[in-house]
Amino acid sequence: MTESDFSQAGELVCPAGTPAALRTAVDAGADSVYCGFRNATNARNFPGLNFSPDELASSVSYAHRRGAKVLLALNTYPPAGQTELWRQAAAQGVAAGVDAFIVADMGVAQHIAETHPQARLHLSVQAAASSPEAIRYYCDHFGVKRVVLPRILTIPEIRQIRTEIPCEIETFIFGNHGLMVEGRCSLTNWLTGQSTNMDGVCSPAAQVSYERDADGSMRSCLGGFTIDSFASDETAGYPTICKGRYVAPHRAEGYYAFEEPVSLNLARLLPELMDAGVHAFKIEGRQRSKSYVRQVVSSFRRAVDAIRAGEDPALADLVALTEGQKQTQGAFETKKWR
Amino acid sequence: MAVSAMMKLTLGPIAYHWPAGMRRDFYARIADEAPIDEVYLGEVICSKRAPFHDSDLPATIERLERAGKRVIVSTLAEVMLRRERKATEAIAAMETPEIEVNNAAGLWSRGQRPHRIGPFMNAYNEATIAWMAGQGATHVCLPPELPGPAIAVAAQSARTLDLGVEVQVFGRASLAVSARCYHARAHGRTRDNCLFVCEDDPDGMPLSTRDGAALLRVNGIQTQSESYVALSSELPELGAMGVTHARLMPQDVDMVKVAEIFDALRCEQATPQQAEAKLAATCKGAGFSNGFFHGVAGYRRIAHRAAGEH
Amino acid sequence: MTAAAIPPSAPRAMPALLTAPLRAALQPVLARVVRRIGARHPEIFDRIAPHERTDFVIVARELPFALHLRPDPAAPLLRAIPRHPLPPHGARIEGPFLLLLRLVDGEQDGDAAFFSRELVISGDTEAVVSLRNALDDVEGSIAQETADLFGPPGRAILSALRRRGNPQ
Repeated sequence: MTESDFSQAGELVCPAGTPAALRTAVDAGADSVYCGFRNATNARNFPGLNFSPDELASSVSYAHRRGAKVLLALNTYPPAGQTELWRQAAAQGVAAGVDAFIVADMGVAQHIAETHPQARLHLSVQAAASSPEAIRYYCDHFGVKRVVLPRILTIPEIRQIRTEIPCEIETFIFGNHGLMVEGRCSLTNWLTGQSTNMDGVCSPAAQVSYERDADGSMRSCLGGFTIDSFASDETAGYPTICKGRYVAPHRAEGYYAFEEPVSLNLARLLPELMDAGVHAFKIEGRQRSKSYVRQVVSSFRRAVDAIRAGEDPALADLVALTEGQKQTQGAFETKKWR
Repeated sequence: MAVSAMMKLTLGPIAYHWPAGMRRDFYARIADEAPIDEVYLGEVICSKRAPFHDSDLPATIERLERAGKRVIVSTLAEVMLRRERKATEAIAAMETPEIEVNNAAGLWSRGQRPHRIGPFMNAYNEATIAWMAGQGATHVCLPPELPGPAIAVAAQSARTLDLGVEVQVFGRASLAVSARCYHARAHGRTRDNCLFVCEDDPDGMPLSTRDGAALLRVNGIQTQSESYVALSSELPELGAMGVTHARLMPQDVDMVKVAEIFDALRCEQATPQQAEAKLAATCKGAGFSNGFFHGVAGYRRIAHRAAGEH
Repeated sequence: MTAAAIPPSAPRAMPALLTAPLRAALQPVLARVVRRIGARHPEIFDRIAPHERTDFVIVARELPFALHLRPDPAAPLLRAIPRHPLPPHGARIEGPFLLLLRLVDGEQDGDAAFFSRELVISGDTEAVVSLRNALDDVEGSIAQETADLFGPPGRAILSALRRRGNPQ
C-alpha cells in the first residue's frame, strides 16, 4: 500500500464487528473500515463479534473491489508468555491483505515493523499518545504513519500537535465517549478479573446483569456491583464503571462521578477539524449493529462530501443512536470539559 | 528463601496532594527509620500540584541519600499540556539522580540514556521489555494488573537482560487516569478551577455504589482501588520468580511500620500470617486485596495457603 | 430475533383459552422456520456456539404467547410457549413486536433500543449479546426469508407489518 492511497483528507474510518457490518460500511461510503479478530488481540473482544481469518480475507477482497481499505486492530497488550497470539494475528492480517495495522503495544509494533516491514502502522488510541513527543517516539522507532488521538484534546491543541509531528492524525468524531485515558484503565479488571488491556474487554457481558426493582427501575450490575439504576422513564447507558452513579462524602445523593452516559458527536466540528489538519475521522462502534453502521456512516459520508464541495453539511440527527440518547462535543470544544 | 531476602524494598512516589509540610515530615521519617532501599520522588498524577513541592525536591533527595537510600525521580503519567511536556523534558534532562519514565513523551526526550520504566508505561510482556532494554531501560516496574504467571515470564526475560524488575506489593492500585479531574468534578468545579480540593483527601476520596459498597478512590485525575493491594503472602513467590524490587505505595498510614512488616517478611523474620495481622493493625479500617496477582477480580482477596495445605 | 415468524393474526390480545390451540398450530411452522434459517446461515451457529444450549425466551409484548429459542445446531428449537408462567430460561428478550421485527430485519440498532428502554433484557447478558451479534451478521433479512417460506401471502403479510413499523 503506497502513501498516496491514504492521501485524501477527511477519510471516514468506520467500524465493523462482523463481515455483514463491514459490507454495510463499505456500501454506505466508508473510506476505511477497521475490525479485529475473534480473540484477545483487539479491544472489542466481545461475544459473537469479530472476524475469523477467512472472514477477514474475503472482507478485504470485498472492500478492495470497491476502493475501500481495511485496517486491522491489534491494539491490546499481550501479557508476558502470550505474545505468539498477536504475532500470529499480524501474519494472518498480512496474508489477508489488510491495508494497515492499528497497534498500541511497543513489542507488537516492533515485531510488525521488523517482520513485516512493508506493513503500514497506525498508533491506536490505546497507546495514549497525547503529546508531540510521545507521538514522535512511535514514528521514529516503528515508522508509525498515523496516530489516533485520545479524545481529550481541544481543537487548538490538535492544531498545534499537527505542526509538530511527522504523521497523519485520526480523531474520533462519533460514538461511545471514553473517559479514562485509553490503554491505562484497569477498572473492568478490578471488578471482573477480565482486563481491557490484556483481554480486550470492557464490562464483559458475562458479568453484566440487569435487575428490575419493584418500583420499575432497572439496576445495571457488573461483577455483582451496582453500577447504576435507571428510573422507568430514564434513558439507559452502557454498564461501564466510568458511566456509573456513585456516592461520595460530598455527594450523598449519588452522582455521575466520571461522566453522564453521553456519546461523542462532532458533526458540527468537522470543518474545523479538517482545517486543523485532521486527516481521518473515526466512528466508534464495532460492537454496534449494521443498522447503526448504515445510519452513521451514510450520514457522515454526506457531511464530508458536502464540506469538500464547499457546502454546508446537512447534519442528520443521530441522537437516537447515542448512549443515554444524549450527545456531547466533549473535550474537543472546550477545556472546561476537563 | 534466599532470593526474596535479596529483594529491595522501594517506596513509590506519593500519589496524593499532601501538603508540603506533611511531605517533609514523611520523608524525614522514611530517611531516619524505614528499612527502605530506594525512594521514588516527583509528581506523577497532576502537573498542577508540582509547584507546591518542586522547591523541596533537592533537599529531600539530599536527605534521603544521606540516609543511604537510592533516589529516583518519576515523571508524570499523563503528558498533554505545555507545562506537562516541559516538566517531563526537565526530568529527562537530569544526569542525577536516576529517573523513572511514566509516559512515552519522557522516553522520547530521554533517548538512549539510562532510565527506569514506570508502572504507567504498560510493559506487559517480554517483547516490550526487550525493546525498552535496547533503548536504555535499566529497570522495569510491571503494570499492577499483571497476573502471577505473566509476572514470572516478564521477570525472567528482564533478568536475562540484566534489568531490575519491580512489582507493587502494597497500597491502592492505580486503576485509571483521565484528562478530567474527578476531585474537581465532585465539587462542581473544573480542573482549571480546582482550588486544589484534592488536598482534603490524603488517602483519596471514597466512592461507593448507591447501595453502599465501597468501591473506588478518586485522586484528582486518577482513579484508585478502595482496598490496598497487599502481596505479603506472595512476596517469597515474587522473589522466586525473579522480581528484584517490591514497591510500597505511600498511603496515609504509618508507612515506617508498613516497611518494617515487609522487611521482616523478606528477611524471613515473620510468617505471612503474622505480616497480614500486623498490616491489618497498622492500616485500621482498610481492606486488602490480591486478586490481580491471582488472575481474578482485583478487589478479591485470595487466602494464603500455608505449605502442606491443599 | 424470531418474532417475524409469527402470523399477522397474532398481534392482538387474545383470550388465554385460545392460545393453546394457536400455539399447537404454530409449532410445525416455527420448527420449519428455524430449520430453514439455520440451514441457510450456518455461520450463525459459529458466533453463538458458547450459548448453543441456552434457552432464550422472546416476549413480544402484544402477543398472547412467547417464543422459546435454543440455537443448538444439532437440533435448533423454536416454539411458542405460554406467557404465564414462562418456563425456566437462560435469557429473556422483551419488547414491542414491531421493534423486535425491526431488530431481526437489521433496521433497528439493539443498543439504541436498549438505551431507550424499549428493549428489556434479563438473564444471561452474554448470551443475548452473542445472539444479537450472530443475527446481525446475517446478510439480508431473516424476516424476508421467513416470509418467503410462505410464498406471496407471507410476503404480503411482512410488507403490511413493515408499513406499521415505519409509518412514514
